[in-house]
Amino acid sequence: MTLFSKLKKLRVILGIIFLLLTLSLFIDIFEKYADERFGQILYLQFVPSILNFVQTFSLLTAGGFIIVLILTLLFGRLYCSTICPLGILQDIVSNISKRFSKKRVFYKYKKAHPIWRYSFMGLMIISMVAGLGFIVVWLDPYSIAGRFFSFIIDPSVRSMNNVVATFMQNQGNYSFFHVPIYHVSTVPVLLTIALTSFIFVLAWKRGRFFCNVICPVGTFLGITSKAALYKVKFNPDNCTKCGKCAAVCKSECISIKNYSVDETRCVTCFNCLQVCPDAALDFGNLKSVPKPKVELDSGKPSTDEVNVNVHENDATRRKLLVTGLAMMAGSGVYALKKNKLPESQHNLTLNNRDFFPSPPGSGGVRRFNSICTGCALCISACPTHVLQPSINQYGLRGFMQPFMDYETSYCNFDCHKCADVCPTGAILPLPMEEKQLTQVGIVRFLKENCVVVTDGTDCGACSEHCPTKAVDMVPYKDGLMIPEVYPEICIGCGACEYPCPVLPPFRAIYVNGNGVHKLADKPEFGEQQSVDFDDFPF
Amino acid sequence: MMKRREFVTRSVGVGLLGAVAPMFGGLDTLASQPAVQGNYDLAAVRGGTPPQMFDKAMEAIGGMGRFVKQGQRVLIKPNIGWDTPPERAANTNPDLVGRMVKAAFEAGAADVFVFDHTCDQWDRAYRNSGIEAAVRQNGGTIVPGNNERNYREVSIPGAKILKTTKVHEMVLNTDVFINVPVLKHHGSTTVTLAIKNLMGCVWDRRFYHGNDLSQCIADFLAFKKPDLNVIDGYRMMTRNGPRGVSVADVVDLGALVAGTDIVAVDSAATLMFGSQPNEIGHIRIAEEMGFGTTNLEQLSINRIRI
Repeated sequence: MTLFSKLKKLRVILGIIFLLLTLSLFIDIFEKYADERFGQILYLQFVPSILNFVQTFSLLTAGGFIIVLILTLLFGRLYCSTICPLGILQDIVSNISKRFSKKRVFYKYKKAHPIWRYSFMGLMIISMVAGLGFIVVWLDPYSIAGRFFSFIIDPSVRSMNNVVATFMQNQGNYSFFHVPIYHVSTVPVLLTIALTSFIFVLAWKRGRFFCNVICPVGTFLGITSKAALYKVKFNPDNCTKCGKCAAVCKSECISIKNYSVDETRCVTCFNCLQVCPDAALDFGNLKSVPKPKVELDSGKPSTDEVNVNVHENDATRRKLLVTGLAMMAGSGVYALKKNKLPESQHNLTLNNRDFFPSPPGSGGVRRFNSICTGCALCISACPTHVLQPSINQYGLRGFMQPFMDYETSYCNFDCHKCADVCPTGAILPLPMEEKQLTQVGIVRFLKENCVVVTDGTDCGACSEHCPTKAVDMVPYKDGLMIPEVYPEICIGCGACEYPCPVLPPFRAIYVNGNGVHKLADKPEFGEQQSVDFDDFPF
Repeated sequence: MMKRREFVTRSVGVGLLGAVAPMFGGLDTLASQPAVQGNYDLAAVRGGTPPQMFDKAMEAIGGMGRFVKQGQRVLIKPNIGWDTPPERAANTNPDLVGRMVKAAFEAGAADVFVFDHTCDQWDRAYRNSGIEAAVRQNGGTIVPGNNERNYREVSIPGAKILKTTKVHEMVLNTDVFINVPVLKHHGSTTVTLAIKNLMGCVWDRRFYHGNDLSQCIADFLAFKKPDLNVIDGYRMMTRNGPRGVSVADVVDLGALVAGTDIVAVDSAATLMFGSQPNEIGHIRIAEEMGFGTTNLEQLSINRIRI
């Protein structure tokens, strides 16, 4: 085996390992991974690492992007070919496509689309600096892949587990158990399917087109790799213009006419090196390569390109339209729900929130919205599934970012897994004592909605579940007990709201999110009581 | 491994007990109906470890063999509602559950199953309560209670409100049903004991809360009464129940109550908690519906001090 085919094989193996490791984090349904493993495996993810570094200035947790930059300066876009999960996914798609294709020449050299590339990169940089998380959500390749794993693969794996569990339990074997399949609302799932299908169709037809036209990380690392020490280079003296290299170049960046490899688009996949029969391509720091003659088309876009531009403009407009419709559909859900309620509940007071709470450790809603890239890893990892992708809960600024959904579940008092898995630092780890005092929202009690008042019966589900006793039961009338709230010790975990028997959006008790998280007072533990009888009181 | 000194003190303790216990029995016979060791209606124990107290109590009410026969499938239903450690006493003591699993096997059980429909996340509650490990160590089977498909719709003709509900399949397809709650405070029902613990056998607890909690709790008894009730009062949560906020909510009561009359064991434990049985909604209703008595005077009680 030649050196180059070894290199290619190594690239493939590394890519598969990174992809499987990353995917495994999203389908860790039995919580087998140690908390620190998440950060280790995602250490090299470029955008999350930068965002995290800006939060923590810690090279230990967030130095990955520097390593990626060094790698790029040495060998070109290795990140794209081995580390980026979306890149590997596209490689898999185009590989399958190639196997199905009867075409002898699968790829052809295509011109770059600099205007698009730099526009997307500019948009990404502006969004990251200005904290426009909802744009970053749609551009960061790791996060796009993350949502594919979290909303599509994770529920599939869970379903398979549950089929096995059902089968085994029917045989009387209870060592297999069901895991809840959390019900992500339709809009995020459909959008994820739409976006990944779009990318996969591009990969099917044009290889790494997405990476070289849309992906801002690809563009940024492409520019960086211009200075790379090792690059794929032509040796025109040996080249017989057989075209084999260009036919396997999934970046469509090898021009035989000009003896040139567009290093900004090359993802260092080594495919071309492996197939070249004439040793006309090399991977090295040779300076002897002649400049490509003339790049006829550089600078002035051809008519073809203009047409493409127009189409893509349409596509973006359509995407915006879809997003807008989706948001409107989201707000319509509550209106529909109200009509389904029984007659007796039509007079109840509606729950009104200033904010839906963001996860503990995120500091506050707006800070969270500006950093989170919506990779949905916390949504997959959250043991209670209280974290759900937002539609309109955060407004446009947090579209697709996780919010605390107390219709689905509530936040476990002794758990801070979301912070342990978050690669961007949008949710920062807190010491457990601090997490247990972090007030993400404050309880609101609507006495007029409470079944103790409306039905005259005991309930107390809210108080039962409250971990700090910010909801206590006090005498009401006829021997009944009614909730009383102590907002100063409430941490907004939703343990009261979730079990309330009055259905949303008319809960008798609910959490109003804090725009900026606060610290709750520590609950008074009080003196230990004593037993006032000797042996038996009967 | 037991240290030698520990072994000696324990042996002495057990020996003394053997000598002293009948004296209590003797006193009891003066107070209420005559009863010999093994025939008591109710056993109340104080002062030992949970397994010791359980063994003593079982001796008094006829031994595990009275309830579990050779080859039977046994369900033990503790309270595993919360993701809290044993010292917080929000869940049944794991050592007690472990001892009970062992005792059931010793009596000839073919299978021993343990489950609860938890409030907090089920797998963490099973794990952090220590009950999962205790059950496994003693050869029992931990059954998840988190999935609706494990629950079967049943109708309860004798109920006032809870006419139909979904009950865990384990309650339906086992031969012996043993209920082992923890003695603790409860914000809505003042105490939660044996009758209230059965709420963890049903899927839709929200129905209870929305439709007269106390009546629904008592209604379940019209569907099924446990064959044996053991109340764990080793540690007692005195306030902030049922979850508790800190260990300051817990006192070391060192008690255990066991018996077949679910209303009576609840009454005895309620008195230990410091309340009156007829002040507790679901206990009063359960007595009115004829599921047992709150009048402990009518029963032969073996009071054992370890």
